Amino acid sequence: METIFSGFLKAIGLLISFDKELYGIILLSLIISGGAVIIATFLGLPLGIITGLKKFFGRDFLATLLNTFMGLPPVVVGLTVYLILSRSGPLGFMDLIYTPYAMVIAQVILATPIIAALSHSTVVAIDPIIRDTARTLGATSSQIAWTIIQESRYSLVTSVIAGFGRITAEVGAVLIVGGNIAGYTRVMTTTIALETSKGEFGVAIALGIILILISFLINSMLHAIRKKGIR
Amino acid sequence: MKTLSIEIKDLSKVYNGQSVLRGCNLTFDRGLIHALIGPNGSGKTTLLRLCNLLDVPSNGEVLLKNLDSGLNSGSLKNSIELRRRMAMVFHRPSLFNTTVWKNILYGLKVRGINRKESERKGKKALEMVGLWKLKDRNALTLSVGESQRVALARAMVIDPEVLFLDEPTSNLDPGSVVIIEEIIKDMKKSGTTIILVTQNIFQAKRLADKVIFLLDGMVVEYGNTFDFFNNPKGERTMRFINGEMVY
Repeated sequence: METIFSGFLKAIGLLISFDKELYGIILLSLIISGGAVIIATFLGLPLGIITGLKKFFGRDFLATLLNTFMGLPPVVVGLTVYLILSRSGPLGFMDLIYTPYAMVIAQVILATPIIAALSHSTVVAIDPIIRDTARTLGATSSQIAWTIIQESRYSLVTSVIAGFGRITAEVGAVLIVGGNIAGYTRVMTTTIALETSKGEFGVAIALGIILILISFLINSMLHAIRKKGIR
Repeated sequence: MKTLSIEIKDLSKVYNGQSVLRGCNLTFDRGLIHALIGPNGSGKTTLLRLCNLLDVPSNGEVLLKNLDSGLNSGSLKNSIELRRRMAMVFHRPSLFNTTVWKNILYGLKVRGINRKESERKGKKALEMVGLWKLKDRNALTLSVGESQRVALARAMVIDPEVLFLDEPTSNLDPGSVVIIEEIIKDMKKSGTTIILVTQNIFQAKRLADKVIFLLDGMVVEYGNTFDFFNNPKGERTMRFINGEMVY
């Protein structure tokens, strides 16, 4: 109990003293996850929307695949990215392993199926009468598609935020491909793992508080967006 | 000048192996209000959707202005051009999740009508349905009656040659029914051909110039409103008018 208490006090001290190292880790985490979610949005959103709107051969299979990949184990993603980017891997010549870029790649792989699958479900769930209404008002196929996207805008934003939430809390993949190098690839989750193993609970608790705050913020945003989008 | 006329020839529709519409032949006269009446499942809405090119017939054809509607022959461009001369209001008011004003202007926007003209037409339509004050409200926060009036104004603003109405006043309060019926009459005056699906034979009597009675996917009787209600030709028509079960 004393360990928890002293760790908690140290955490508060680090947070209110704006500890440079601590806030550097927080900033790096947000930059890596933010960059990854932007890339994943550009990949996942169109993929989800197209598979939701268009009927084509293999559409159901693709949707099932996206749903399956939503639950990809981060350590497996980390291992796969590691094997590809390591010195002996097919892309080893790019020297990306143990860099923030490798961490972004791993997080993109984790977030893209989440964003794609959720946006697919969103578009598919739009009431068919919306499509019919747009059609009877004279909309072309592309105008109908745009109308459906606009109708699902709140849920589409939700899918992006859900993707961000998943990767900020992820530890396995970034630890494997980033190597947890201080000041370079050390992010919140990997720091918590490291500091806990060292018995240094102050930093771990401080970062835990920040992660919970980020999670709370994300969920508040999701709730607000859902509330706005409820018919 | 509204010149679009609709003729259906031997029109049939099969859904999941079940015949919903069977060999219907009809001509809708330009500038008149046609009421499609009949019990549930008689094929009224299916007929409306086929005429409005929302569905493809299983057999037969929809002829618009003596020109094939294009869906059977596969010309999409033709179908869009024709669809833009028609509009439809659904049984359930389906408004977009945006302001009333943006809903009203939707049909004009997709046609590329300039802003000034759109705003003039939009304002006129909203004033006609008595909802100008609600233009900035989110359309999904309106009551059912208000929503249906917005849906009607949204269709009206594009000045369609043919307007399809699928039970537009069912479940509405009497006040909203009166407003909507007045708008329907006004649209007829402007030369719009109106095809109205209704379960309410009194509404058909009040509004329609012609009445079509559908039963089991077939046109049982078609005639002028007065003749239809006063001298029905068929025994089943008479029973339906008298409120008896005709299944």
